Amino acid sequence: MKVYEGKSVYNGIAIGRIRLFSKDERQVKRVRVNDTDAELARYEEARKKSIEELAALYDKALKEVGEANAAIFEVHQMMLEDDDYNDSVKNIITSQGVNAEYAVAATGDNFSKMFASMDDDYMRERAADVKDISERVINVLSGSSSSDLTNDEPVIIVADDLAPSETVQLDKDKVLAFVTVHGSTNSHTAILARTMGIPALVNTPVDLDDDIDGCLAIVDGTKGAVYIDPGETMLEVMRENKARDDEQKKLLASLKGRENITIDGQKIKLYANIGNIKDLAKVIQNDAGGIGLFRSEFIYLESKDFPTEEEQFMIYKQVAETMAGKKVIIRTLDIGADKQCDYFNLKHEDNPAMGCRAIRICLTRPEIFKVQLRALFRASAYGNIAIMYPMITSLWEIDRIKEIVDEVRKELDEQGINYGNPEQGIMIETPAAVMMSYELASKVDFFSIGTNDLTQYTLAIDRQNTDLDMFYDAHHPAVLKMIAMVVDNAHKAGIWAGICGELGADRTLTKEFLAMGVDELSVSPASILPIRKTILETNVKEYKADKKC
Amino acid sequence: MKEIKYVITDPEGIHARPAGLLVKAAKEFTCDIKIAKDGKAMNCKAIFGIMGLGVKKGEEVTITFDGEDEDKACETINAFMQANL
Repeated sequence: MKVYEGKSVYNGIAIGRIRLFSKDERQVKRVRVNDTDAELARYEEARKKSIEELAALYDKALKEVGEANAAIFEVHQMMLEDDDYNDSVKNIITSQGVNAEYAVAATGDNFSKMFASMDDDYMRERAADVKDISERVINVLSGSSSSDLTNDEPVIIVADDLAPSETVQLDKDKVLAFVTVHGSTNSHTAILARTMGIPALVNTPVDLDDDIDGCLAIVDGTKGAVYIDPGETMLEVMRENKARDDEQKKLLASLKGRENITIDGQKIKLYANIGNIKDLAKVIQNDAGGIGLFRSEFIYLESKDFPTEEEQFMIYKQVAETMAGKKVIIRTLDIGADKQCDYFNLKHEDNPAMGCRAIRICLTRPEIFKVQLRALFRASAYGNIAIMYPMITSLWEIDRIKEIVDEVRKELDEQGINYGNPEQGIMIETPAAVMMSYELASKVDFFSIGTNDLTQYTLAIDRQNTDLDMFYDAHHPAVLKMIAMVVDNAHKAGIWAGICGELGADRTLTKEFLAMGVDELSVSPASILPIRKTILETNVKEYKADKKC
Repeated sequence: MKEIKYVITDPEGIHARPAGLLVKAAKEFTCDIKIAKDGKAMNCKAIFGIMGLGVKKGEEVTITFDGEDEDKACETINAFMQANL
């Protein structure tokens, strides 16, 4: 057995035979031609046919992997419509009196060298796109079809690298997994594999010897390893893992697109928590109804200095646009306590969890707060953004926030900058906010209960301190009573209340939350479908009746 | 002849996709449209030239319009830049 480790771009296990995928590295021959006009016409025809193929590929990709991922094929079409590229090909044909294949190959080489020499990783990768389109035209010219999979049995594709068009062209039913020697986790191919839901490894130093063609192999996307010629024990273990995995996936897939509704008809919203813009794909893959907690502090933690309004605006806008009208609740910066940022120059505190953090920083340093608010208000013109303020304890804090928001609106008006009208709500994560929830509810549009901090402040227990485990109870009745109270007070004032802390993802409490009338649960993307399953199996009326007995 | 200057705000700069869209927008017009960075001018109706400039966030490009429909082209491309880049 040989084992190679690579970077996994999609989890999952595949077991099957290897198909070594090699490009036809046919040498394009330079042939002298007399009738250059005929050669030009051949090129023109091949180019048109290639563009048609790419248009078909775009349609296929659009259906299978979505608009954003399909766009590359539209770009490929434009590359073949590029005058500089076409002029170069035609010029080589006429001036040198050579065949179209050679002219295309030479042009492709020159253009891809231009990209390969650029000082930008992204642009360097585009050299592969130029090669890809040039090879397509050459294939059309020479009448050979690209290496289609003709075997009947699905296979594990092992290749040096795969062009995006090669990935999409492969018949999905015939591919169990991809393993490439090159390629990055952000390459188009990796993104496509992820969207297609096929286990895939990139950057895997497999020895591409002809001998491995047809060998039995296991691709373990969870571990990022490929096992070639695995032993019987290994196979057995992996078959079991795979069966478990498949069952889980099948179950979850069947839950996609379903409404979050209980047997007796009670609905609840299921949103996702995200801590980085990179998590957006997971939000969509797991069928979240929106984003219930977007932790904006990553923008601050990943910067060396205060992020500008423009940087923040672009990020919020991207999230809002990607979610296309679905709600995106963005929490204003929650720095302090365990999340530190050097350039904020926060004073050392003996008890940071109870110190200068979150809204307290924003209200003492409104110049920092305003930059974020301006970015949020501007971005809210591009989608359904809601703003959420963390660590609220008193009514006056809301009043002060509103004053600052009014200033921001006024300034944007004066500068003639467009902005939206986002909902504004607060996190309920201090016992003070719980006790004041009735009064607070009349001042905001929604509540989201942050159970992590609420539990720590209510029980007066530092969760990091393992010596206190015997005193710590995640389901402490004090916390559950508080949640019920917050939801009641929210409803009395006509606003909605959700939970965005870890407790929200605790499936042993889902029924209880439904019984309390919680309107929304915001959880990690991977928890969404399992919770949906619990909701679909719950009968709230029965649960309440059972509780009374 | 008309000219606009624009500083790219898109964090990714002029990537393949926006370059493609820019070409599409420019091809709607008959006038000559050029996009230049650091004095290097490229045809705005051809994707390779635009990508070859390797324009990154924070860099300024100059776009010139020369021909019959230059006013309308200038207006449209300016709006395109504001909205997409």
